[in-house]
Amino acid sequence: MSEFPRKVLILGSAALKIGEAGEFDYSGSQAIKALKEEGVETILVNPNIATIQTSEDLADRVYFLPVNPYFVEKVIEKERPDGILLSFGGQTALNTGLTLAKSGVLEKYNVQVLGTPIQAIEDTEDRDRFVNRLKEIDALTPRSKAVSTVEEAVAYARELGYPVMIRIAFALGGLGSGVCRNERQLRQKASKAFSYTNQILIEEYLEGWKEIEYEVVRDRFDNCITVCNMENLDPLGIHTGESIVVAPSQTLTNREYHKLREIAIRVIRHLGIVGECNIQYALDPRSEDYRIIEVNARLSRSSALASKATGYPLAFVAAKLALGYGLHELPNSITRVTSAFFEPSLDYVVVKIPRWDLKKFRRVSRRIGSGMKSVGEVMAIGRSFEEALQKALRMVEIGAEGLIANTNLRFENLTREIKEPTEERIFAVAQALQEGMSIDRIHRLSHIDKWFLYKLNNIVRIGKALEQAGTDGLTEDLLRQAKQAGFSDKQIARLVGSDEASVRKLRWQYHLHPYIRQIDTLAAEFPAQTNYLYLSYHGMQHDVSPPAGQSVLILGSGAYRIGSSVEFDWCSVNAGKTLRDLGRKTIILNYNPETVSTDYDNSDLLIFDEITLESVLEVWQLMNPMGVIVSMGGQIPNNLALKLDAEGVRILGTAPRNIDRAEDRRKFSSLLDSLSIDQPEWKELTSVDAALDFANSVGYPVLVRPSYVLSGAAMAVASNDQELKRYLERAAQVSPEHPTVISKFLENAKEIEFDGVAQHGEIVAEAISEHVENAGVHSGDATLVLPPQRTYLETIRQVRAIAEKIARALQIHGPFNIQFIAKQNAVKVIECNLRASRSFPFVSKMLRHNFIDLATRVIMGEPVQPLQNSLFEMDYVGVKAPQFSFTRLEGADPTLGVEMASTGEVGCIGSDFEEAFLKALISVGFPHPEQIRTVLLSTGNIESKAELLESTRLLQTLGIKFYATKGTARFMKNNGIDAEILYWPLERKQPNTVDYIKAGKIDLVINIPKNYQEEELTNDYIIRRTAVDYNVPLITNRQLAMRFAEALYRKRLESLEIKSWDEYGR
Amino acid sequence: MKNRNAKPTPARLILEDGSVFEGFSFGYPRSRAGEVVFNTGMVGYPETMTDPSYLGQIVVFTYPLIGNYGVPPQQRDGGVHRHLESQKIQVQGIIVSDYSEDFSHWNARRSLQNWLYSQKIPALTGIDTRTLTRKLREAGTMLGKIEFEDQPVDFYDPNKENLVARVSTRKIRYYGEGNHTIVLVDCGEKENILRHLLQRNVRVIRVPWDYDFTQLEYDGVVISNGPGDPKMCRPTILHIRKAYQDEKPMFGICLGHQLMALAAGADTYKLKYGHRGQNQPVQASDTGKCYITSQNHGYAVDNKTLPDDWLVWFTNLNDGTNEGIRHQQKPFFSTQYHPEAAPGPVDTTFIFDEFVGQVIR
Repeated sequence: MSEFPRKVLILGSAALKIGEAGEFDYSGSQAIKALKEEGVETILVNPNIATIQTSEDLADRVYFLPVNPYFVEKVIEKERPDGILLSFGGQTALNTGLTLAKSGVLEKYNVQVLGTPIQAIEDTEDRDRFVNRLKEIDALTPRSKAVSTVEEAVAYARELGYPVMIRIAFALGGLGSGVCRNERQLRQKASKAFSYTNQILIEEYLEGWKEIEYEVVRDRFDNCITVCNMENLDPLGIHTGESIVVAPSQTLTNREYHKLREIAIRVIRHLGIVGECNIQYALDPRSEDYRIIEVNARLSRSSALASKATGYPLAFVAAKLALGYGLHELPNSITRVTSAFFEPSLDYVVVKIPRWDLKKFRRVSRRIGSGMKSVGEVMAIGRSFEEALQKALRMVEIGAEGLIANTNLRFENLTREIKEPTEERIFAVAQALQEGMSIDRIHRLSHIDKWFLYKLNNIVRIGKALEQAGTDGLTEDLLRQAKQAGFSDKQIARLVGSDEASVRKLRWQYHLHPYIRQIDTLAAEFPAQTNYLYLSYHGMQHDVSPPAGQSVLILGSGAYRIGSSVEFDWCSVNAGKTLRDLGRKTIILNYNPETVSTDYDNSDLLIFDEITLESVLEVWQLMNPMGVIVSMGGQIPNNLALKLDAEGVRILGTAPRNIDRAEDRRKFSSLLDSLSIDQPEWKELTSVDAALDFANSVGYPVLVRPSYVLSGAAMAVASNDQELKRYLERAAQVSPEHPTVISKFLENAKEIEFDGVAQHGEIVAEAISEHVENAGVHSGDATLVLPPQRTYLETIRQVRAIAEKIARALQIHGPFNIQFIAKQNAVKVIECNLRASRSFPFVSKMLRHNFIDLATRVIMGEPVQPLQNSLFEMDYVGVKAPQFSFTRLEGADPTLGVEMASTGEVGCIGSDFEEAFLKALISVGFPHPEQIRTVLLSTGNIESKAELLESTRLLQTLGIKFYATKGTARFMKNNGIDAEILYWPLERKQPNTVDYIKAGKIDLVINIPKNYQEEELTNDYIIRRTAVDYNVPLITNRQLAMRFAEALYRKRLESLEIKSWDEYGR
Repeated sequence: MKNRNAKPTPARLILEDGSVFEGFSFGYPRSRAGEVVFNTGMVGYPETMTDPSYLGQIVVFTYPLIGNYGVPPQQRDGGVHRHLESQKIQVQGIIVSDYSEDFSHWNARRSLQNWLYSQKIPALTGIDTRTLTRKLREAGTMLGKIEFEDQPVDFYDPNKENLVARVSTRKIRYYGEGNHTIVLVDCGEKENILRHLLQRNVRVIRVPWDYDFTQLEYDGVVISNGPGDPKMCRPTILHIRKAYQDEKPMFGICLGHQLMALAAGADTYKLKYGHRGQNQPVQASDTGKCYITSQNHGYAVDNKTLPDDWLVWFTNLNDGTNEGIRHQQKPFFSTQYHPEAAPGPVDTTFIFDEFVGQVIR
């Protein structure tokens, strides 16, 4: 054993974004645990405050700072670590590390890169080097060639054989790329391409090839294993993050499986990777021919999935290997009697399905392809493919009850839906099968392997049998068959013409229950010590018995999505930790492979399965817990409270009846009225006419708000009758079981966030934060400030008093959150959730008081000490800022509204607001202050223009050059500020805004929309979209623009202090 | 062949301890008995089922989905099977959790069901193979039978008979061309051993298990894998012992390894439930390197009985059992695992290089 490093720096992946999500909280947390176990001091740089890895009890020191070369160098300079881990924080950490290595910083401070060496990382990141390195060992990559003339292109295409792919070098968004099926098409496309570029790439087109991945591990002794392979149901052409993925592969023979495995090991050895890597293949469906698509020399989304799919703790092991261990020296943490040098053998099948939120965005393209658009994923485990698939389709929570019998998914043009996939293709395939389209035809259109189509057809066949059987013909055999194929009770009920409760009753009469199965990495060959479990209807007995002693079931957060993300995993994990401290056994139910809560060492029992009424009732019976906690996992468990309670499940914490009084908009608004608490004028939707009458009497704009929804789904501000009608319709679709309320929308009001814990109706802890943006921006997209900087004392006093009243009235017993708006000290309540909120990790970490620990103690009836904190005694300020992923969402309009759009967040600390604010913005991708030399302004309506004038003057003193659109420029000139006029995009005149943005002449775009209308002016949309497409920072909110200008005026980069979390004392 | 819409035929697996597993038949509807063993490989059912080492055994696949890619054609190249490990299905029957009636693969010629039918091999699906495996793990390998209604059959212990005699070639066969000749003692060889040797440009003489190969002109010997208790192969052991006096390279695989150990004077014993799968980790004593190997054996060599001039070459990282031996001076070595794989990982094919290298030298 070589000597361990003394102190190691770990880079996180910063905010969750499309392409880099919760999987890196999992991998970073595991790495820290692995290092701590060896007594190595750990330093973490990660501004993602909602993560588990930034918890107090993990890394020795945490820096909530941007993960970029400047800040990381500063941390290195200060901390002087002797080792650094680059492969646990996604591409963000890897890129930062590569830059630091190239610029000589690592060498200068004598920091050793642990695990995979820099050179191997570069071999995988640089395409030319990659291809050449693989050539050295006769490993195949897609054949391609750069050509400069049409004739050259034609000659090479002839060599490859048609169809070929044409790619334009350095084109954003795949501009001009495409498939050419014959010479005519190629000549046409190539000559067009050569009109604006002088080089194109001709590449072989691997249409319909299977996409296969392997997760490979290597130690410094050259021992190698592949932990898992995975097969994409969607063939090549759809990003693996966008594909339905199955583990292990289903359609590969022994020869194919082991051929690709051998190549994977040959590649990892040749590249010299130490730790973990992922290798992606294209495999010809008509021969054993293959191509290597890419190698990721770091932990990835796929490795997190492989970890959960097999039970093999990849990230933990990779960290140990980075320290110098050999695989054979580490124990298999599941069996604890065998070593980590083995390959898991699965006796179940795993299906991963991505979660998209495309419908939240205006104008976004819903086609899926080679770029990632999904925001999260789910993993389902079953003993048959049908069982796992149907579970997974429910888990993604898009309203589907499984593959079939869905009320919301119907397609007109099946051929197109199957050929040109959107995120709903699988349902289109199901519909095609139901309507009798042949499997051959579906295969020709989609290239999905027929084996998968046969399996989908099995589900369709059972569906038909259920329909024919009806309630009278629903025999025990048929019901069992349906349950084994993953049908839910509700889905069966729809097919036989019954209801969920009746089917459940019948099923129980037949004694049909799922069995508890264990994941043990060795297909039962050795006894397993760890309780990593799932449910399956295939079986004859349980693998484990209920835990001895009183256990508590915690419902997790499900798939990450816009509005529900790592913050709820933080809450679930912390609740579990406290329960264990209290001597309780914990059972976690969750199905998100990107989480820490689904690490089997985080609970006494982990059940990796659905969170639905049906599954929770089964777990309740099987595991016999003393109660269920529904307030930690966000909206999914919260929504189950009332139903579970009705079935006799004991809900711990605030009474379900009271949860309903807060969630149901009508009941809640009535409650506020009865407590004489002010709220915006409201009315429950009874008819469209009544809604229109109400809107006209209080005056537009009005807000449409459905009940029991998260992240403001279908929430919208209507400015006129026409819009109102449209939004009402949408709201009724999203939440049909619950009332929709319309309320007066207050403009220019301040929004205030109250997070608290109450015990029997008395508040025992509270945190009050303010939004930088005025009301109208969803709280998840708002920039949060703690303690409030611009809120009147009187307002805060009122907020406290109202919160006390509500807590008492609802007898809150656990965590809760209330949102307020304030205008000149008139405080109104807009929303209340009797569960942990998105901001709990932020306020807990800022106040250095774990609200979840406290809430869990309250829920369990333990005595607690009320938190005596005063916001005014804090000598630092925390700012939480949203991370947007608009660049990934082709076409989406990057504006903010009442429906949430951000995919992640960061939280940074500073001695004052500006410092924390700048750190936070830099963390989500804004440039350093000195990098902003030019700003393009179009500042909206006249009121907005006037308000921004002062900020513009501040920027002017910094010597920043202004470009502006006509109206804004004129306004500025009248007020003595020079701005160069650029034409609107659609004016098609020079100098044009769009060309300037594309040419990189603009460092910051401030574009304030003129009103709340959905149909923003096309010109403004094009400016915003171009900024996002070309990675130019964009601000669309007036208050945010003002605060940013002030911060730029007052702060320099060097004035942002490099201080760790614990250095900010109170 | 039964119609897919017909009601599935129920059948049972009965173990010698009296436990019963109810399932449905998807193979040939004939009762059969044998020794019940489980295999944890996730791919390779055609290779596994044609591996002669499984003769007399009912194989339980722990991976639940079987049949997905059908069965490849029965083709031969130069007398060697191209896709399968012998000319027929060797197992007594198979037990799976979820048989895939439909298959999809470019190289598939028929469904697994069709193949089972044509060779009159029974198979059950819908069995809780995990519970069954746990039982076999806890109680050890057991006798069992696949039984159809009105077709009673007695338990049958294959280890009491000389299975090797049943699977070995009856006559001497010649393969390939080359300047060097290797004798392959066929105790139930897998075709991939032949393929590996032939790829390395040698001539192979395949002889029956009890043939006195020492009378032949040859440059090296391979003792193949095979079914059952190694102690049943007295003649082979004697021939090996005789060949030890020569110093020509000798390489044993699986049963061949056990026979070489017995010939050297060591002892073998029966494992509780054996190693059958593709994920068995072994470590080499000389280099310290670790490999993932394919295995299929119920007996093992007892390290304690190994003579002094032999050393333990490989050790199983899971349970510490012997995985290979090597003579201290002479070019004799053997592995308990299958370097030829098929099915399984190909990490250790370098052993064929080493062996043929020694032969050529």
